[in-house]
Amino acid sequence: MSARLRARLAPYALLLPGGLWLTIFFVVPLVAMLSLSLQQGDVVSGFSMTWHWQNFTDGISKYHNQIIRSLWYGGLSTVLQIVIGYPVAYWIAFRGGNRKSFFLFLLLLPFFVSFVLRTISWQFFLSDNGILLGPLKNIGLVSEHFHILATPYAVVGGLTYNYLPFMVLPLYVALERVDNRVVEAAHDLYANRVQTFRKVVFPLTLPGVFAGVLISFVPAAADYVNASILGGTQNTMIGNIIQNEYLINQTYPEASALSFTLMAVLLVGIFIYARALGTEEVLEAAAQ
Amino acid sequence: MNEQIDPALLRGLTQSRYDRRDIVKMFGALGAGAALAACGVTGKKAAPAQQSDVRKYWAGKTKGGHVDFANWPLYMDPKHPELKKFTQQTGISVTYSEVIQDNPSWFAKIQPQLAAGQSINYDLMVVTNGIVFTELVELGFLAPLDHAKLPNFTKNAGVQYKTESYDPGNVYSIPWASGMTGIAYNSKYITTPPTSMADLWNPKYKGKVGMMAEPEELGNFGLIALGVNPETSTPDDWTKAAAKLKSQRDQGLVRKYYDQDYIKALSSGDTWISMAWSGDIFQQNLAEHTQLKFIIPQEGATIWTDNMMIPKTAAHPVDAITLMDFFYDPAIAASLTEYINYVTAVPGAQQVIQSAAAQASGSDKKTLEQVAASSLVFPAAADYAKLKHFPAFKTNQEKQQYLSLIQPITQS
Repeated sequence: MSARLRARLAPYALLLPGGLWLTIFFVVPLVAMLSLSLQQGDVVSGFSMTWHWQNFTDGISKYHNQIIRSLWYGGLSTVLQIVIGYPVAYWIAFRGGNRKSFFLFLLLLPFFVSFVLRTISWQFFLSDNGILLGPLKNIGLVSEHFHILATPYAVVGGLTYNYLPFMVLPLYVALERVDNRVVEAAHDLYANRVQTFRKVVFPLTLPGVFAGVLISFVPAAADYVNASILGGTQNTMIGNIIQNEYLINQTYPEASALSFTLMAVLLVGIFIYARALGTEEVLEAAAQ
Repeated sequence: MNEQIDPALLRGLTQSRYDRRDIVKMFGALGAGAALAACGVTGKKAAPAQQSDVRKYWAGKTKGGHVDFANWPLYMDPKHPELKKFTQQTGISVTYSEVIQDNPSWFAKIQPQLAAGQSINYDLMVVTNGIVFTELVELGFLAPLDHAKLPNFTKNAGVQYKTESYDPGNVYSIPWASGMTGIAYNSKYITTPPTSMADLWNPKYKGKVGMMAEPEELGNFGLIALGVNPETSTPDDWTKAAAKLKSQRDQGLVRKYYDQDYIKALSSGDTWISMAWSGDIFQQNLAEHTQLKFIIPQEGATIWTDNMMIPKTAAHPVDAITLMDFFYDPAIAASLTEYINYVTAVPGAQQVIQSAAAQASGSDKKTLEQVAASSLVFPAAADYAKLKHFPAFKTNQEKQQYLSLIQPITQS
């Protein structure tokens, strides 16, 4: 084999393991699910392909409330994550000194405990007569019937808590890359602190915000653990519905159709968001 | 840390990796109708088993010396005394695995292998009567039982366990244990004991009522509250029950629709009154010294049965059926019941526990006496009369209709 041919094939050879992995375990199941979403039948007599597009329209008309609620909860928790996470990332990046690694480690520490277990510990903590509310009720600060669990606040709070590190890490990386000389230059040009932040630091970290939103909004909107553990009777998210359709009702086509609907909605949402933020400029800035 | 986390990695997440042409190509591949149509899930409805099927299945099957047993958690003393005795008596070793958490996901796990005619690596499993059990039967996934190999069952099983509507004549299954779904309350918060289904609709307990998410369980309570027997209920009744349950939710009475975690909510005071399973309450009080009480409402409650069955593809069916029958020895049934506190299908076990209580002393004696006298473990005829069975769906359409009425209540 000539050296030139080898050089031309090298990138493909490097792609091969990952490519095969994704083809077998991502593309094939995805196509199978897409196929399933257009079938009809039941688990006893089997499912067969009938190009039943109605699975999609039925799913949307039955569960549009839950889809909208999921986007709303996911979006709200993402905004909260930015509000809570940005100062944290800022502080670690600019004021962390030589203990930055330690602070980042602290941030990642919750990951060493299972996701479900962390959410259940919230349930324990927020229980009506638990560690938090018990004493407050005893001293009469809140009424006897006050509760946090089984409310939208609990679900959004749980989502915010569980996905916060996904937001802080990209923000931190973006802030860490901000050149201090740029900040100094802004001060030299008579920008005060607020102006420096608004016109220099924040725009420079937009790629981090974008990455953070992407990797925390998508799983948060599709989450079902928080709603089922912390939610009440009116907080069902679309993830719960899909899980239920698959595992309890065994209506695989309906469940697949709903999954693809959710995927489409999220993709469109992300696309609009990217456009609105003028991502192309953001991406260029990030690439430099 | 900033050296360890490569900023390029996270930056990469923000960059597009495909141009538009690639995406068009990808969709071209996805859109290939042939690929889509080729994927399918097969199912096959089987004819009910005849006597000749029993002979055909068991012909030539011999003892293999081992059983793989799949069961639910908390359904046997962790030391497995009964299984040890079984191995001593028969020379058959048993691997006991607590792998079943709920019926539908167990079905989802074993269905592909069973459909392909492959072994699921278990010779014996325990499934509740209900939708999943019916599907296993309809798909022909279960071995028809040879009653000549079940002498203890024939002799010792209670009459009502031989005529269950979900498997009349025990063609495919014999009971492991039964339990009731009734009402439990936390006596720390509720001092006048509830007596009726109406208490789950009592405005006094607004926001403190726990209902179950499982659609069959939930629907049953709506039906019983209306005075309808779930087993003989009609689609008309389901509509009315759904309306009743919906009004309960919309009045803000229901805290949440629970799975197995209802017991935690009831213990911690998040709920005061809840739908509950009989044995759980006993075990919870024992384990955490809670003051929970279980009642069978005057309108009635439901009884369900977890059943032992042999998957058709089992490697050791003879050993499995021997073990099934072993649990119908009254002494073995008694030993199991003393530990799990669910209803046994062997009425003779009560006497065994009574005589054990007579010989025991101290706290053991008290516990044994309690178990032997408990109407939750050994229901009297009057108790049985109040216990109702789950609805029996004749077709998949019926099942889907039922689900489409009841599920929207828990999923809003």
